[in-house]
Amino acid sequence: MSEWWTEWATYGLSDLLMFSQRSYYRMIALYNEAVWPAHLPALVAGLVVIGCVARPGPRTHCVAMLVLAAAWAWVAWAYHLQRYADINTAGPWFALAFGVQALLLCFMALRLHGAAPARMQKHVALSLSGLAVIGYPLLALGSGRGWGQAEVFGIAPDPTAIATLGVLLACRAHPVAWLIPLAWCAVSGATLMELRVGYAWLLPTFAILAAAAGLLFRHAGSSAAR
Amino acid sequence: MLPDSPSRRRLLQTMLAAAGGLALPSPRAAPGPAPLLTRAIPSSGERIPVIGLGSWITFNVGRDPQARAECREVMRQFFAGGGRTIDSSPMYGSAQDVIGEAVQALKPPTLFSADKVWISGGARGPGQIETSRKLWRVPRFDLLQVHNLLSWEEHLRTLQAMKKEGRLRYVGITTSEGRRHGEIEKIMASQSIDFVQISYNALDREVEQRILPLARERRIGVIVNRPFRQGDLTQALAGKPLPGWGPEIGCTTWAQALLKFIVSHPAITCAIPATSSVAHVRENLLAGTGRMPDEALRKRIAQDVERLA
Repeated sequence: MSEWWTEWATYGLSDLLMFSQRSYYRMIALYNEAVWPAHLPALVAGLVVIGCVARPGPRTHCVAMLVLAAAWAWVAWAYHLQRYADINTAGPWFALAFGVQALLLCFMALRLHGAAPARMQKHVALSLSGLAVIGYPLLALGSGRGWGQAEVFGIAPDPTAIATLGVLLACRAHPVAWLIPLAWCAVSGATLMELRVGYAWLLPTFAILAAAAGLLFRHAGSSAAR
Repeated sequence: MLPDSPSRRRLLQTMLAAAGGLALPSPRAAPGPAPLLTRAIPSSGERIPVIGLGSWITFNVGRDPQARAECREVMRQFFAGGGRTIDSSPMYGSAQDVIGEAVQALKPPTLFSADKVWISGGARGPGQIETSRKLWRVPRFDLLQVHNLLSWEEHLRTLQAMKKEGRLRYVGITTSEGRRHGEIEKIMASQSIDFVQISYNALDREVEQRILPLARERRIGVIVNRPFRQGDLTQALAGKPLPGWGPEIGCTTWAQALLKFIVSHPAITCAIPATSSVAHVRENLLAGTGRMPDEALRKRIAQDVERLA
């Protein structure tokens, strides 16, 4: 095992990128084609998540967590294991991480204490969820790739991770629940940077914004109390 | 253009062979429009073309049927142009399967299959090699290399045993981007290997100091990966006119000049530029034809690339 780590330590970020930007987005296009029309219920589920963040409370938090758990489980199986693993040998490991996150979200849905977010937290959470569900698919159009390569919440990992950060912020979730979504934003952001994708900075920026909002307003009073 | 008459061809062959071990293949062995220069594998004398085909990133296209068809066309053009050596690795995602699908369709009689073993622990090596062989759809590999020296002692034992049993023709080791050169030298000096694969180009020339002279001394073939620094070099030189020496050695593009710089080194057996473009594979193959730069011109190419890139 130590030899394996020694081996990996010799690789730089560019050595680990094993596919081209074209292969990556073609993979997304073929995946979208294969799972269509799953995007429609996924979009509805995304709007439900935004609604839950807008109306914080024990029940809405529970619903949001369960929707997210289903999304993470789906992405683990359909995206990472069935598609991404074709071009990235780490695909099965990403599937495992997404599966673990799905279980964590299920567990949290049952154990939520119902703490409401501070006003600023709620605004940031709403912005993140809204950008993930409505804004992220539009990036494909903005970068001239067309709807076929759109990344949709609940279907693709990046918008799913961003929306999750929004919900975790709104729920004041335990730090453990943040680890995998934040790690994914770092991994995917680095991948997009190496692929020289124009909006690669978005994911890390959202992750930093969410983590900062979570930490800064950790002790602030809830919006419900004001 | 090279002369077509057999006597002039033989004369040129002799001159080139005397100069650096390069030779023109017989017309029957080179189906393409321009004869591709070959170089002898030091341990056996078998000749292989100086331009091969890599598959890192470019052939990792997953299950995309359109991209797979494009890769197959690249391979078809490569073989039609006289190319033989194709290199891959279990580390390259779907590349082995993409190659195997094309091998099954094209059935290239001249294929020189070069793959790697890349797994921690010698016991798992044979299983990975067999999986790779099935993906390539070949009865056996011509060359197997220990990728990036991972578990190299155990894997080399396996590969040497396979060679002894006739299940493999050549054994090698690989590194890239200057990693672990000290260890590479030690293995080259102490082990019986046929090939070493390293990164080498007009800017990354560290191997000229020790590894390339050692390869000649120990009669080890040298395969060169990342000749364009994964495209960065050609991109940096794009739009900059080729200096006056370009046409002198039959180059019309920087990519050809960069490849000629590499394969004209007497220790180099072949370079394996990776591409998924038919136009580029043709362009690369042309770099393996015609006049090669001499030592003085090689220095000038390196200086010009350093200045312009």
